[in-house]
Amino acid sequence: MEHLRTPKVENVHLLDRSSGQRRASVGTLYLSATHSIFVEDNPETRKETWVLHSMVNSVEMPSNSPAGSQLILRCKDFRVLQILIPQERDCLDIHASLVRLSRPEKYSELYCLSFNPNVNKEEREESWSFIDLMSDYRRMGVPNNLWVMTAANSEYRVCDTYPSELFVPKSAAPTIITGSSRFRSRGRFPVLSYFHQDTLAAVCRCSQPLSGFSGRCQEDEMMLQAVMRSNPGSDFIYVVDTRPKLNAMANRAAGKGYENEDHYTNIKLQFIGIENIHVMRSSQQKIIDVGEMRSPSMTDFLWGLENSGWLKHIKAILDAGVFIARAVADEGISVLVHCSDGWDRTTQACSVASLLLDPYYRTIRGLMVLIEKDWISFGHKFSHRYAHLDGDPKEVSPVMDQFLECVWQLSEQFPCAFEFNERFLLTIHTHVYSCQYGTFLGNSQRERKELRLPERTHSVWSQLWKDRVDFRNPLFKADLSQSQRVLRPNTTPYCFKMWKGLYSHIDKSMPPCQSPADFLSAMREESQQLEEELTNHQERIAALTGRPIVWEKTEVLKRRTTHLQQRHLGPDPPTSYIQPITGHGQAVALKQANQMALNKEPNLYLPTECHSKLKDHDPDDCSTCSDRESGVADLRSRSSSGGDYAKDPDWE
Amino acid sequence: MEFAELIKTPRVDGVVLHRPFMPTVEGTLCLTGHHLILSSRQDNTEELWLLHSNIDSIEKRFVGSLGSIIVKCKDLRVIQLDIPGMEECLNIASSIEALSTLDSVSLMYPFFYRPMFEVIEDGWNSFLPEDAFKDLESMTDEWRLSEVNKDFSVCPSYPALVAVPKDVNDDTLRKVATFRHSGRFPILSYYHKKNGMVMMRAGQPLTGTNGRRCKEDEKLINATLRPGKRGYIIDTRTINVAQQAKARGGGFESEANYPQWRRIHKAIERANILQESLIKLVEACNDQSHSMDRWLSKLEASNWQTHVKEILTTACLAAQCIDREGASVLVHGTDGTDSTLQVTSLAQIILDPACRTIRGFQSLVEREWLQAGHPFQQRCAQSAYSNSKPRQEAPVFLLFLDCVWQILRQFPCSFEFSESLLVLLFEHAYASQFGTFLGNSAAERTKLSLPEKTVSLWSWVNRPQELERLTNPLYEANSLVIWPSVAPQSLLLWEGVFLRWNRSSKCLDEAYEEMVHIIEYNKELQNKVNSLRRQLAQLETEDPLLKTS
Repeated sequence: MEHLRTPKVENVHLLDRSSGQRRASVGTLYLSATHSIFVEDNPETRKETWVLHSMVNSVEMPSNSPAGSQLILRCKDFRVLQILIPQERDCLDIHASLVRLSRPEKYSELYCLSFNPNVNKEEREESWSFIDLMSDYRRMGVPNNLWVMTAANSEYRVCDTYPSELFVPKSAAPTIITGSSRFRSRGRFPVLSYFHQDTLAAVCRCSQPLSGFSGRCQEDEMMLQAVMRSNPGSDFIYVVDTRPKLNAMANRAAGKGYENEDHYTNIKLQFIGIENIHVMRSSQQKIIDVGEMRSPSMTDFLWGLENSGWLKHIKAILDAGVFIARAVADEGISVLVHCSDGWDRTTQACSVASLLLDPYYRTIRGLMVLIEKDWISFGHKFSHRYAHLDGDPKEVSPVMDQFLECVWQLSEQFPCAFEFNERFLLTIHTHVYSCQYGTFLGNSQRERKELRLPERTHSVWSQLWKDRVDFRNPLFKADLSQSQRVLRPNTTPYCFKMWKGLYSHIDKSMPPCQSPADFLSAMREESQQLEEELTNHQERIAALTGRPIVWEKTEVLKRRTTHLQQRHLGPDPPTSYIQPITGHGQAVALKQANQMALNKEPNLYLPTECHSKLKDHDPDDCSTCSDRESGVADLRSRSSSGGDYAKDPDWE
Repeated sequence: MEFAELIKTPRVDGVVLHRPFMPTVEGTLCLTGHHLILSSRQDNTEELWLLHSNIDSIEKRFVGSLGSIIVKCKDLRVIQLDIPGMEECLNIASSIEALSTLDSVSLMYPFFYRPMFEVIEDGWNSFLPEDAFKDLESMTDEWRLSEVNKDFSVCPSYPALVAVPKDVNDDTLRKVATFRHSGRFPILSYYHKKNGMVMMRAGQPLTGTNGRRCKEDEKLINATLRPGKRGYIIDTRTINVAQQAKARGGGFESEANYPQWRRIHKAIERANILQESLIKLVEACNDQSHSMDRWLSKLEASNWQTHVKEILTTACLAAQCIDREGASVLVHGTDGTDSTLQVTSLAQIILDPACRTIRGFQSLVEREWLQAGHPFQQRCAQSAYSNSKPRQEAPVFLLFLDCVWQILRQFPCSFEFSESLLVLLFEHAYASQFGTFLGNSAAERTKLSLPEKTVSLWSWVNRPQELERLTNPLYEANSLVIWPSVAPQSLLLWEGVFLRWNRSSKCLDEAYEEMVHIIEYNKELQNKVNSLRRQLAQLETEDPLLKTS
């Protein structure tokens, strides 16, 4: 690889605070075409840390310390790795390589095009057909006598950022569609996003009208009429402009803007006030900084949280979703949602609304469908927003991060309503950035087709589905979501919390024994095993007492995995079971490691025995679980930073 | 009797009760000596029974002849009563005001309350100092139980029996008492079995500006040190506050006179500042019209979370000195009845797994708060809605409970009790039918004959049905020291208390039920499978054919 100057450096110190590490470990740093890999020297653990180049957001080289040269790797999942390299020359080489490798210039350099997870062609193709959008439209009851599929955009003739298959009001003739699309930014005319069978009201989406100060378009006005007519019970529609009103007005000067209520009959215009991608980008940077603060005071922290504005933005997005869901479910009124281009804020608002309206989207598969539909197919610009390629930094913005956070905030309010857990959301977040799978690549369906991604890459959805056991929320109650179809969240400010799982790494050192969710998952799993065992025993007893048939051999049912043993720290086992098997945490780690090993490239500069050592990194986790030091460590950092200890004249 | 004089209108019909997240109830309002009762007289509607002593303040509003009384309770609940008729409304309001601010302790409800439940174990005898000392004796013989305070004359806020170093006699204790604030000479708070280190607590030394010293005091605390070892003195005040205390006769242990001790100052705030903080926090939580910015800035300005962090940090420090540094610790602030107790009790939660059981926690509250002389009656006389200028009120105990909740949330499987016990203690500390939290010290409780005349809260708690409600289904004994994170990101607003009445708890309750269900179902399966296993084993031994196979 031409970008690799120094493939291997020894005696490197690595500090990964985000994984709960407190002291730097010493080891060897390898650079492959796709990953930085750090292998600990400690023969007991040989712990490995793998960092995908495409996950690296920035590589900083602060001033040298006497012990060597420093590198700071900031990752797109907000991990921060500090690396100390003894020789400055090595450090410069590694820095230069990483800077280049973390900023691919062409799609062909991306990891997903070389990633080969040992599956055959059929499996790869199946992975792409795992999510079928048409079946989701059928699930919500379209096409029907109100909404029909239009061929207007086949071969992306009308709008190159929309999918080719779209649903429109039955009464919208092709001329209306093309006329309306000419009057909308980027040709994104009003189409169906979600149809609510209970009330026949619909959530539709588009981009802003090119109205300027006085422009109007008859076809566009007819299009909105058609949307209204496709909801027999109503005599108006809401047009939700998700932008702050001021921004929308400013757009008029550029020949864009919003619907004039004098021209469009029977619409009610509603502004929501979600800020633009630039505001969001800088807000996220601020909340990342809050998460990274070292020993902040409570005041620093709360002030930082307020100053970042992040939760305010999350609330605005959730409020938009709540408004739409209420209109559709409670009032039975259809809603047309737009912002400027209709691919960021509109996408957020529509998908949050769908999540509130339809329990299906709160399942593991359902959330995948929702993201595939509202985000991927409708042309959310993944590659631009998440900087898949080196490009315009002003295009980058955490739009998807905010959606995932809205889902997380909702799951905190409704702990039984979601089939998936936080880990699922965090995993999706990682893959939106990682470029390991082709799913999120490109900026539109058309681009993905041109890149022939289904032939050249793998889809993440089927992989996530395979791992779904790890993503289950043990508290999920499917029957509950039937009775509680529409979620009505409380959006009072005190209901919002900082998403620590994403932005703060303090609790990452939390031992698994103290996670109720994992504990309950393990218990659920164990109950399943017990059920089987129970049936087996019953059959056997029946057989024994009924007919004296000698059975082949009683299979001792092994209790699979569980956190139960892990969390049991006392001397006696909880029950009289015999075999403590590998902990669940280990299994997950092993799986991840295996998966990584599968990704291995032929030119990986890594001694092979490392892979066999992968599982050894777990005993280390166990030791943190026996004794958490955060409280203590915090005290120490206080004393070193000239805290109260130092102020005391009597002290020392 | 005098209650009747205070009740101007005992009964009003057609009163409408408004409570957040609950349907309104129309019914008859009755005032009794100790309760405000609203009953719809329909079988399926819940009645409201509110102790007058739970009422923190009331507001009156009139629209035409319809009056409304807004009742703000010490448990932070706010309800509204619409009362037809201006005169009735005024009468009810003035009656409530009078009944909720009775001065005399002996008129309080616990003296009138007769238990409707069977007392299995008299809580007044559940946690006696002599029993606690028996446990200590089984671990060490370096301490003795002194009766020097048996008539509460040496230290009015101490219990009759206190544990002190064996080699220190009662005369010495009397002398030391004159050198410590309110006579609170250093006594044993906690013995760390793992390494024999101890935590003591006391009032501040009365060094004054001229640096008075007391050889007996030095002797007493040095008696707790191992040869050649040093100890830590944790002063819960900042060095500045401690310096200022000298002018009023107080002070701190100087290095010259206590060379074997290292002193560390922390910054736990005084009572009146904590009370202000509570008022601001509750005000912020109750205003739902806030924008996100305003909410966060109000939360920050209340400083409540800062206090939580500071108290927890200090407790961690004390625990760290004992467990990690292997040193003994003396904790004091000014009078040793507030921040000192927060620190000593939380340090024990961190260090001692026994304190994380239901019974152990009761015992801790009994030892480190009630018998240690935390002035509950003064501190809990008013809560966050009080209009009157606070005198002695302060949420010292509530902050302790908040800190316990923070640790519990971080170690959800290490506590035998659930959040419910903490909320219950908060409620009963402020208003209760039980006598446990009446009075300010053991001496006052003896004088009031509380054990004879009232029922103990512990009698109520330690019954199977109540214990079941308070048990944490996730509990699994954890014999280790647990170190909580004190980083601001790890400390949350205690929603169970501060947002309790401001949001629907339906979904969270459902989640809790589901959790219990998963655990119960698992237990049931285990029992079934175990019994089948036994049955199978038996069948197999009975069946020779099987044996050979």
